[in-house]
Amino acid sequence: MSTMAPNPRVRLPQRPGDPADVVIRGARILDPAAGIDRVDDLVVRDGVIGGDPEGLEVIDGSGLTVIPGIVDVHVHLRTPGKEHAEDIATGTASAAAGGVVTVLAMPNTQPPTDNPSILGSLLERASREAVVPTGFIPAITVGQAGESLTEHGDLAEAGAAALSDDGVPVGSALVMRRALQYQRATGLLFTLHEEDMSLSGPGVMHEGIVSARIGLAGIPGVSEAVQVARDCALAAYEGGRIHICHVSARETVDEIRRAKERGVQVTAEVTPHHLLLTDERVGEDPDPARFKMNPPLRDQDDREALIEALVDGTLDCIATDHAPHPGDEKENPFAEAPFGVIGLETAFAACHTELVLGGRMSLEDLILRMSTRPAEIFGLPVPTLADGAVANLAVVDTAATDRVGDRPYASKSTNAAFVGMELTGRIVMTLAGGQDVYRREP
Amino acid sequence: MTDRASLIRIADLTADDVQRILATADRFASVMDRDIKKVPTLRGRTVVNLFLEPSTRTSTSFELAAKRLSADVVSIKGQGTSMEKGETLKDTILTLEAYEPDVFVIRHPQVGACAVAERYTDAAVVNAGDGTGEHPTQALLDVFTVQQEVGPLDGMHVAIVGDVLHSRVARSGIQAFRMMGARVSVVSPPTLVPRHLADALGVEVTADIRDIADADIVYVLRMQLERMGAGGFVPSLEEYARMYQVNHARLRPGQRVMHAGPVNRGVEISGGVVDDPDSLIEAQAANGLVVRMAVLYDVLTEAAGDTGTGAGGAVLEAA
Repeated sequence: MSTMAPNPRVRLPQRPGDPADVVIRGARILDPAAGIDRVDDLVVRDGVIGGDPEGLEVIDGSGLTVIPGIVDVHVHLRTPGKEHAEDIATGTASAAAGGVVTVLAMPNTQPPTDNPSILGSLLERASREAVVPTGFIPAITVGQAGESLTEHGDLAEAGAAALSDDGVPVGSALVMRRALQYQRATGLLFTLHEEDMSLSGPGVMHEGIVSARIGLAGIPGVSEAVQVARDCALAAYEGGRIHICHVSARETVDEIRRAKERGVQVTAEVTPHHLLLTDERVGEDPDPARFKMNPPLRDQDDREALIEALVDGTLDCIATDHAPHPGDEKENPFAEAPFGVIGLETAFAACHTELVLGGRMSLEDLILRMSTRPAEIFGLPVPTLADGAVANLAVVDTAATDRVGDRPYASKSTNAAFVGMELTGRIVMTLAGGQDVYRREP
Repeated sequence: MTDRASLIRIADLTADDVQRILATADRFASVMDRDIKKVPTLRGRTVVNLFLEPSTRTSTSFELAAKRLSADVVSIKGQGTSMEKGETLKDTILTLEAYEPDVFVIRHPQVGACAVAERYTDAAVVNAGDGTGEHPTQALLDVFTVQQEVGPLDGMHVAIVGDVLHSRVARSGIQAFRMMGARVSVVSPPTLVPRHLADALGVEVTADIRDIADADIVYVLRMQLERMGAGGFVPSLEEYARMYQVNHARLRPGQRVMHAGPVNRGVEISGGVVDDPDSLIEAQAANGLVVRMAVLYDVLTEAAGDTGTGAGGAVLEAA
């Protein structure tokens, strides 16, 4: 396993707030990494787990489950430059509503987050606006143009959580090699959007039976897999560490599995939408642009391969790739609509419904894949329910079902792929960074 | 048809729908033999032709079709429209709604544009070609042409030759020919056919031009030269012509050749085949008008459940 020691330089600012004081009475308290599974009262005093329940607000936890909060290492907060789609306050409120206690934001903003000055200003804004602890992932290359490295050392010093050119790949193998060499000096993890742009070409959806039927240009699964193979080879050669973003194709799963078998330091994430949906939606839906994202939804064999790989650990964790876009941009013909869907508020319910209720993995394993493991990979504080820990937890009703879209989103945008789906696993309450950040309204 | 009268995809139609539309086209064809070629069928109806991609024959035939049916016609071409000033398709449709059109005929460079348009109008939408998506009225006139000139498609073998990857004509044609009972095969350079076409549309796919040998109809696709530049889909047009050109050396007597035009003589098809009186190319061009008249008539009456003016009777009286 490729895991970073906790990285003390990562900054995860959160807006100031009163520490939570609450007792959750008679809930199932479940923290598999800490070996906790019991029905009990959970006390949070001064934002810290444990202590004296005397005088605290009491919440009836019967039938509810308290879990370590979700850590989402791949979100787009659209700040700076696209605040009409999302900002730090709304994006992190969306996180809180989804039981997410830490988010890492990608750098494909306008301008791109590619220097210590922009990073510093984002960290400062987050310290005033972020509902949950929020870290930032600056760009690997200046302007995300793939040509020259950003100041990785200064960015690490300033508190970067990792580095990524997400939205686009690092096109040049030489630039990727230089970055991996330089990693030995900075220790920053690279989290990579993998795509060979020459193979993706004008593609806008998965190259498969559906694209052949309706005539949209396809993005083949191998577009992702060949780039992953390249970067695994480079990481092996340079002794570097890489994390693969939003794996979508079975060919990519094969590459990652082989790389891990030969000891390459590679980890990988998968999104809820790739675990639940396929390209058939693009062919069937009267509003297909809401199923447009990059990488694209692939076919049933790919989806099955992703689930198997998540179960067997080839894919390490789940991340949402929460990508807000204003509704009117999604009203264009498919090829002109932007890539991306929101996902923070539905991630737990979607994965719980598909994977746990679907019999593919235990709730314990799902918690490891959504909370413990992503935190470990990125060297972030691992949410835990052990006594003395800062409260980073979600209270969930694993029996409650909601239809996506029936309630307003906390996000500024509504471009959700799961709209209309009945998902089971409701977030009732979220404590993040010791603060009481979300309670579901009745 | 669906509850909407629109014609966006061949899959919107059943074989019965196709035969109904083509029977109407046949009756309109008899009108075209008269001195006065105009009928009052769609008097008082408004047809908006919105052509946001270059087109000559399709836009002309739709415009003339609407005029022959006595409809009011507004034709908007890609040049100089507000869409080039950044207006979205949605806003263009909403603006044109002010004219209370009964039909939008839409040609657009993007797949799915007609389906987007349909969401913002109560008018019927007729797809006149959406990017590399579909071109259903071309497929209908192709079926009409085969039925008129050769015979029923049921049991025939149609071989489609050439650039299927970029061809909406092929995508709609394959579906329409198969719906009418034909066996369809595709002969194409492997770089110019979608990877999963066989499974997607139920056709045989080969790379050998000799496989047209037992076809009754050889349907030649235009090499879309404008897309060939940087793509490197084929090494050269000369090699393409040597390997895939449909010419008399590769045809046997009795095979009928089709092409939706415009043709690249000497590339995908030889000049001799284009000019051969046995080819169906001229008939295809001629049939565009009556088939599009029938489609406009159909989306406004038959399919919409308004059968009171039936195609067989008074509608064919001269204006």
